[in-house]
Amino acid sequence: MDRDLAHLTDEAVLSLVAESDDEALAELYDRFGGVAYGLALRILRDESLAQDAVQEAFLAVWRTADRFLAERARASTWILTLVHRRSVDLVRRQEQRRGEPLESAPEPVASEQVEEQAAIRFQRQVVQEALRQLPPDQREALELGYYAGLTQSELAERLGQPLGTIKSRMFTGLTRLRDLLAQAGLEESLR
Amino acid sequence: MPEDPHSLVAPYALDALDERDEREFEQHLALCERCREELAGLREAAAALAVGAPPAKPPPELRQRILDQARSERQNVVPLRRPRRWTPVLAATTAVAAAAAIVLGIWATSLDNSNDPLESVLSKPGSKLVSMGHYGGVAVGPDGQAVLALAVPPAPASKTYEAWVIRAGKATPAGLFSGRPGTSIVKVSKPVGAGSVVAVTVEPSGGSPQPTSKPFVLSGAVS
Repeated sequence: MDRDLAHLTDEAVLSLVAESDDEALAELYDRFGGVAYGLALRILRDESLAQDAVQEAFLAVWRTADRFLAERARASTWILTLVHRRSVDLVRRQEQRRGEPLESAPEPVASEQVEEQAAIRFQRQVVQEALRQLPPDQREALELGYYAGLTQSELAERLGQPLGTIKSRMFTGLTRLRDLLAQAGLEESLR
Repeated sequence: MPEDPHSLVAPYALDALDERDEREFEQHLALCERCREELAGLREAAAALAVGAPPAKPPPELRQRILDQARSERQNVVPLRRPRRWTPVLAATTAVAAAAAIVLGIWATSLDNSNDPLESVLSKPGSKLVSMGHYGGVAVGPDGQAVLALAVPPAPASKTYEAWVIRAGKATPAGLFSGRPGTSIVKVSKPVGAGSVVAVTVEPSGGSPQPTSKPFVLSGAVS
């Protein structure tokens, strides 16, 4: 267990995972497990379900890493996409959630209580700052779509807006967010 | 009201489509390079939103549970002499069409796992998946047995898709198929040897003895 994987890029670690290297899977978990769990908990608001989502996502990484490698996309993007997807799948099965008010979010844990890499904490600040710079209606569409797991149609209904408006807010908001993050240099630091 | 499928790329990147829209968009995605490129950028932004979620500390036992489960799956795999790309356990436990799907930008949704011909080829040691551009790919077994996994729309009326195995400039007819929504899984009726290329053309119903049009799907050479 003394191999040092810490100096490898995420993609290099993923290529070891593709060869069924379980230490490499542990390394990926150590890098992204905290973000993954935070995301899953934000969406699911239930610790046990959030653990399920994270577990399923990392096992999907384990099973399909070799297929993903050819994609040349960022490993972190893929992993977090899988976590988000599993979380949304699970939350949509929780029917009782449907009637809840949109505002109810879990009590955030104070950042300092969570051990995580300084780089991640920095990224979080950049992302939160970029979100604050978005026009409120775009930010709302992204937050409710991404963190609450609502479909565009549910969102349109709840906000009393035409579907086309919701789509366009999502598109403009996400595009602008991408540009803001690029300006902030996050593209590189996420590497 | 039919909607412009391009407009679904952002909701798709946010996982904010219902199942029906999602399926439709994934079919569109398989055919639309522009949307795949756009999706790549939007996914990066969506993943940044993941980092923006409030931090939380997972229970320590979660890490161990994931690793235990991963190791137990690996033990089912027969060790191979060389690094394996396709293993029986992978083929059995995951949606096999995902092999083509990941290439098509469909990363996370589970696909129908009833595509046995593809599974039977990919589960053989030494099999490989050869890309056929953005339509999908062809799985080739060590014995030359091959199966196409292509996302092509249903063929127009009075037309059919025809597969070809091309070797040394000579095209051999290798089966007809009509295409369907989603991914078509089609057995190639002729063996695909090293140095061959697999192609698909659109032909009049009943097929042709030789291609009458330029292939619109072409694999790389099989090694």
